[in-house]
Amino acid sequence: MTEDGLLDPYWDVIVIGGGHAGCEAAAAAARMGATTLLLTHRLETIGEMSCNPAIGGLGKGHLVREIDALDGLMGRIADAAGIQFRLLNRSRGPAVRGPRAQIDRALYRRHMRAALEAQDGLTLMAEAVEDLTVEDGRVTGVVGVSGRVYRGRTVALTTGTFLKGVICRGDERVGAGRDGEAPAVGLADRLYGLGLAMGRLKTGTPPRLDGATIAWDRLDTQPGDTPPTPFSFLTENITTPQVVCGVTATTARTHAIIAAHLGESAVHGGRLTGRGPRYCPSIEDKVVRFAERDSHQIFLEPEGLDDSTIYPNGISTSLSADTQTRFVWTIPGLESARILKYGYAIEYDFVDPRELSSSLEVKRLAGLFLAGQINGTTGYEEAGAQGLMAGINAALAARRAPPVSLGRDTAYIGVMIDDLVTRGVTEPYRMFTSRAEFRLRLRADNADQRLTALGIGFGCVGGSRAGAFEAKIRRLDAVRQEVASLSLSASEAAKAGFRVNPDGQRRGFAQLLNHSQIGFDDLLAIWPQIGAWPADAREQVEIEAVYLGYLDRQDADVALFRRDEDLLISPDLDYDALGGLSHEAREKLASVRPGTLGQAARIEGVTAGALSALLSHVRRRAA
Amino acid sequence: MTATLFALATAPGRAAVAVVRLTGPSAGDVTRRLSGPLPRPRRASLRTIRDAQGAPIDRALVLWFPGPASYTGENSAEFQLHGGQGVIDAVSRALLAAGALPAGPGDFTRRAFENGRLDLDQAEAVADLVDSETTAQARQALGQLDGRLGRRYQAWRDSLVEALAQLEAAVDFPDEEIPDTVAEQARSALTHLVGELEGALSDQARGRRVREGYRVAVIGAPNAGKSSLFNALVGRDAAIVTAAAGTTRDIIEGPIVLDGYRVLVADMAGLRASDDAIEAEGVRRAMAWASQADARLWVVDGSDDQQAWRLAADMVRAGDLTLINKTDLPAGTDTSTARAAAERAGASVAELSLVDGDATIVLEWIAARARKDMAGRDFPAVTHARHAVALRESLEHLRRGLSRLNEPELAAEDARLAARALARITGRVDAEDVLARLFASFCIGK
Repeated sequence: MTEDGLLDPYWDVIVIGGGHAGCEAAAAAARMGATTLLLTHRLETIGEMSCNPAIGGLGKGHLVREIDALDGLMGRIADAAGIQFRLLNRSRGPAVRGPRAQIDRALYRRHMRAALEAQDGLTLMAEAVEDLTVEDGRVTGVVGVSGRVYRGRTVALTTGTFLKGVICRGDERVGAGRDGEAPAVGLADRLYGLGLAMGRLKTGTPPRLDGATIAWDRLDTQPGDTPPTPFSFLTENITTPQVVCGVTATTARTHAIIAAHLGESAVHGGRLTGRGPRYCPSIEDKVVRFAERDSHQIFLEPEGLDDSTIYPNGISTSLSADTQTRFVWTIPGLESARILKYGYAIEYDFVDPRELSSSLEVKRLAGLFLAGQINGTTGYEEAGAQGLMAGINAALAARRAPPVSLGRDTAYIGVMIDDLVTRGVTEPYRMFTSRAEFRLRLRADNADQRLTALGIGFGCVGGSRAGAFEAKIRRLDAVRQEVASLSLSASEAAKAGFRVNPDGQRRGFAQLLNHSQIGFDDLLAIWPQIGAWPADAREQVEIEAVYLGYLDRQDADVALFRRDEDLLISPDLDYDALGGLSHEAREKLASVRPGTLGQAARIEGVTAGALSALLSHVRRRAA
Repeated sequence: MTATLFALATAPGRAAVAVVRLTGPSAGDVTRRLSGPLPRPRRASLRTIRDAQGAPIDRALVLWFPGPASYTGENSAEFQLHGGQGVIDAVSRALLAAGALPAGPGDFTRRAFENGRLDLDQAEAVADLVDSETTAQARQALGQLDGRLGRRYQAWRDSLVEALAQLEAAVDFPDEEIPDTVAEQARSALTHLVGELEGALSDQARGRRVREGYRVAVIGAPNAGKSSLFNALVGRDAAIVTAAAGTTRDIIEGPIVLDGYRVLVADMAGLRASDDAIEAEGVRRAMAWASQADARLWVVDGSDDQQAWRLAADMVRAGDLTLINKTDLPAGTDTSTARAAAERAGASVAELSLVDGDATIVLEWIAARARKDMAGRDFPAVTHARHAVALRESLEHLRRGLSRLNEPELAAEDARLAARALARITGRVDAEDVLARLFASFCIGK
């Protein structure tokens, strides 16, 4: 009871943490109709971009589109706060193009907070969380540092790198979460008390520079696209002013200074033991591992329109402050740059995501969901996507509805969560398009077609997006029907001047467009009516023509994939009683508890022999 | 609970020693009930074997193999009994009484496979070793069991991972300092692989020849003496020999072992056009078998005229052997046109008379030819039909991928499919394998 004698509300979902996972989790749960409370230690840091001021890229941009297709916030907020947009891989095929944008950090925070405040059913409160309350093996709420108890049916924990976080810079070692924020000790003890498997990871960040002290006139620049490609399917135009990034590079002198001071580096000096990401090495790592190179590229990324802070992308470091200053000054254009904040490495514990089911619920503690860096991932997009799914599933669990998940054949989100809960992580997990075996189907351009209808079914898609989506599908269907009716015989094609085999075959519209020497305009000359196709529908028809044949084969592969994915394995299966399993396979299966035969096959150490034993068991049960 | 199985490992029937093997979770309990305390692991120990009532059955050597370092990966034991049927029956009853169950064929190897002690091609190799009749078969099967086949596939898989890493670097890291030509670099890895797979497929007959036998067809016109030669080669009267033309209608296969290789010699219908439906079918089958054979022996009746051997002459290929038979027939018989036809086809020519039944020079020729065709630098990549299927499928994807290098995401798709085809023999290629290679090769990361 509160002091005025009223009953505390009983929240459906309590989200702890206001980072990218927390924002999406809270907003998604509220969109699902759950009464939701977001608790964060400071409302001002909601939506903070603690590392690089950019969103999207290859794989990551795909995730943002998928979050958007499920009516999440990240795409829309990035569109409102983006100050330089680029569609990466524009020269490559549509499946591997990824939208990316530089973001104004302050604008992002402001728009994110406004979006959360505008969300029905969502309450934001500033209080650091000190503990969880647990009754009968279920989470029943959280306790704030003030001692106040918040009761909830489910809790989503999205607290980033707060578990035994240690910041290292040269000889300095500071226990911390993000720079300058204290880690939450009580909550950490609660998690350790659950006996969950944990691992240790590290990551790093570069020094931030004062843009007013950079010699921009001597540097190359990288402009954004005109017109910019937005993230959200709902965004028509980007209205924020656009800027350029600078480009420079390290020099042989930079490398010499770094090489001479490697002993200071927390990592190379042996003071950090966690695994860092291979795709985001510190500048020390690059100098050591690629000693033959005498230069590495650096992008100078503005952190905001009204902020002179520059994020030098490419020189993440944990060398001492003094050495950072010295090596930065050897970089062209940065000879008199002032460092506003020194770079550092951070090491932290994470929960082995194999402790989670595919709904992101902790298997050993019902009602507790984990999302974001605490699960061993890195990146705003990876965090946001997990937050979204955790929010949806927490809302479903609160009303005792069964959980939902997305397949590897449906979404990058599905690939990521399956990778996490099945394989675990050995370095901070980041999305790459090469992780998706059905990459040609899982494109950024069709995220809405893949997911929005599913999201409407889950209940996480609001009315205005649902309306826009249904209208788009009607446009697409009409055009696809028209496409199916358009074809040319070989002789008609020859008469139109197309060099096709005189084989007597009729060729459909997509087949013609797939031909290397036939473009949309050539077909427009034959069928003038296709000039009236709406741009988004025409784009889909063109993309499907590019991948003609490949998409059909992937569809066939998906059917095979589904066959194993549809063979469900009971979460309570007693692996000890199941014959034909090696000790190792038995242990791995019992710890991951795969939901399907397909997932079992993806567990490391599960042999073909073990699978055949499992398969015969599943078949016997189904019979 | 997994059953504990036993089986007689030696051939049934009276012998000096009979070996009974036991495997499964309760192998230790069962062994103790039959023979007392377990011997030290992997050491032979002389024990009295007793039945369920405690009455002695035999004095035997008992070996104890604790899992997982046993053949099946489970606890296992071996009883080396006196080989009488009475002993074997009594021990089997005692094992049943102790709770063990009789194993079916292949059950021990299946356990080894399920427990990850063997992979699929090694399990195949065990079956081949057990079935081997010749030294060469055993050598090939042992090579496969030792993983020699697996290592060849592993090397190909590595090249494919390398090519995929290059293609994925081109796709996944547009903002990194990756050379523009990286997808083009995948060309050399893929081209190399295409060459290797083509070579392995063209060499695929070799593994099959060793495993199933080197196939030698005896062809010729009717009544040329094919069956006489065949009987001389296989060393018994397997084929009926008469003076009447067209005696042999079915294909008769006779296995022989030459130089450690299994050779399958086939006698068949004489090749001639015939109105008789049964004979015509015999001729059709003969021609089909002969054209698939690894070598052909063309038997020419020195006394025959050209018309009679035209069909056979057309089947002869380079490297085959033409035998001018019945050299004891009247001198002056003209064999020059047959010799000319054989030489045109690139076949060698020899003369012999089969009246005395000595085919030594033919056997020597077959042995030399088989040795040449079956020896090779590399371990054969194709020893079973399923290997060839996987290689052909992989090759098809690789060729298409090579033609698509300007669209790396499509080339990568093809390379991934090629890897999946190989994976049916080697195990899967994971995105993680590709990323590991990629990060080791390129400096990625801002």
